[in-house]
Amino acid sequence: MSSSKQALAHPASSAEAASGTSPGAARGARGRGAPAAPDSWRSRLYRWDMKASPYAFVAPFFILFGAFSLVPLLYTAWYSLHDVQLSALDHQTWAGLDNYKNLLSSDFFWNALKNTLSIGVISTVPQLLAALALAHLLNYKLRGSTMWRVVMLTPYATSVAAATLVFTLLYSWDGGMVNWVLHFFGVDPVNWRESDWGSQFAVSSIVIWRWTGYNALIYLAAMQAIPADLYESAAIDGANRWQQFRHVTIPQLRPTILFTVVVSTIGATQLFGEPLLFGGVSGSKGGSEHQYQTLGLYMYDQGWIIGNLGKASAIAWSMFLILLIIAAVNLLLTRRLRKSQ
Amino acid sequence: MTTTELTLPREAGRRRGRGRMGAGKQLHAGPLTYVVLTVFALVSLAPLVWTAVAASRTDRRLAQTPPPLWFGGNLFKNLQAAWDQAGLGTAMLNSVIVAGTITVSTVLFSTLAGFAFAKLRFRFSGVLLLLTIGTMMIPPQLAVVPLYLWMSDLGWSNQLQTVILPSLVTAFGTFFMRQYLVQALPTELIEAARVDGASSLRIVWHVVFPAARPAMAVLGLLTFVFAWNDFLWPIIALTQQNPTVQVALNSLGTGYVPDQAVIMAGALLGTLPLLVAFLLFGKQIVGGIMQGAIKG
Repeated sequence: MSSSKQALAHPASSAEAASGTSPGAARGARGRGAPAAPDSWRSRLYRWDMKASPYAFVAPFFILFGAFSLVPLLYTAWYSLHDVQLSALDHQTWAGLDNYKNLLSSDFFWNALKNTLSIGVISTVPQLLAALALAHLLNYKLRGSTMWRVVMLTPYATSVAAATLVFTLLYSWDGGMVNWVLHFFGVDPVNWRESDWGSQFAVSSIVIWRWTGYNALIYLAAMQAIPADLYESAAIDGANRWQQFRHVTIPQLRPTILFTVVVSTIGATQLFGEPLLFGGVSGSKGGSEHQYQTLGLYMYDQGWIIGNLGKASAIAWSMFLILLIIAAVNLLLTRRLRKSQ
Repeated sequence: MTTTELTLPREAGRRRGRGRMGAGKQLHAGPLTYVVLTVFALVSLAPLVWTAVAASRTDRRLAQTPPPLWFGGNLFKNLQAAWDQAGLGTAMLNSVIVAGTITVSTVLFSTLAGFAFAKLRFRFSGVLLLLTIGTMMIPPQLAVVPLYLWMSDLGWSNQLQTVILPSLVTAFGTFFMRQYLVQALPTELIEAARVDGASSLRIVWHVVFPAARPAMAVLGLLTFVFAWNDFLWPIIALTQQNPTVQVALNSLGTGYVPDQAVIMAGALLGTLPLLVAFLLFGKQIVGGIMQGAIKG
């Protein structure tokens, strides 16, 4: 780079950064550091520092992030086009789209996709509705408001593994807490592990338990950012509390709700730990009839239990494509909402 | 991202301040609110309390109806068994090393990158920031096959660096620090330091780090929770020979130790460090999640 180019670049950038102060005057007064003597090594160093340091600051992040997130993403695509077996890692042969064709004709893949969708819906919808209600309550003036918030967040501190171990015991068929409580209401013991809807409900309940408080805090933050005058004018118009919630709070929260829907959907698409541990010894199958085998579980099963890493890569990329479709739909919805407003 | 999510926290705070004063909205909670909140609180805490109850019983008692509702006398025996048989001792030490290293590195590198994105002008900064935001949501499943193949090539199976290296930075961390520093760090302060001839490194040390400290603390807590609870990659990369807490719990769940009371003791032990952290720093963690929500 030529020095004249640098000399041109420098005053521009420093003037931008110094908006408000008067850099020239300050420099003159202190007489140090700045390009008063353009050719001294010190000012050259200074200019070089100005130019290079931003890159130096973002470099560790991008090198690590690239090496362990972006590059693997592409390699996964590459492996999905190969035959890669866990038992013979050195023999990777080109397979074209075979892995994908294999998936599309596999009942287990469609079953896993269907389970991921249904568990996704029964875990996300109640969770976000409950979070919205909880946030509304937490938004009142409360005694010990911080304590309430921390308590609602404790399930989030519990790991997937710990939570699932406990819930599995609570849901056990014989002598489990859930069935015991249900018998007081005249309900016969439910076989939570074997039944289709029972097992999916049980797995979903773990997700709901862990994430409701977290989402409630996100809604609460957004609720507190709603300008008070909106409520005042609604009250003047004679709106009662429910109408205020319906016509002020919900519309104002719309972007946040959309955001949590997206995040929860992404979480639901990769659901893995809960069904794995809920299944116990043969967890990666997702139950004797694969009744709660999700895509995440199917990928782990194919890759590390069956040992077909090429197919596992293809499943991973299918998950990614599904997420891209969800993101695109979301973008369209957001645009629509904006236009209608 | 939409306007509300990107509202700067300072602005949001100001608005909230006004809102709290004269609003008809910030009503005092009625008794019904407290009743419903108590139900929510019980649902949140009951499974954890019951974990302790179950961990204090015997395997045989846990198989009987009705299930135990109060503590028995076997808590320490079961904790001891989980510590020894399930390798929870090694696992806790490993998890502290793994989560600790990841936390320090994430906070440090996120602050540096976040500062550059927030306050420095450089080529491609817009594109790079967009890339960071856009890739925030890529599921871990998209990385584990190549990571596994590389780590086995390197002969690193069962070593802690396999789970540390891939998690050293997060896109979320960088974005979080950037959003904080945009408003918390006055540009004039950086310029004044430059005028005094301070190098960029000195500026980072003496200006950026002090200004970023509250956000660094919050990011550190959130990262530690995340790293402690990370599941998918650790159970692929590590075995019960050298586990993290989650790997040890996974072994428990798949029948490594058949005693249910010991399994519950393991779940309790593995969760305890985070529960203590929540007891000490709950307010900061709650604040961090709420800040992150407003920022996006």
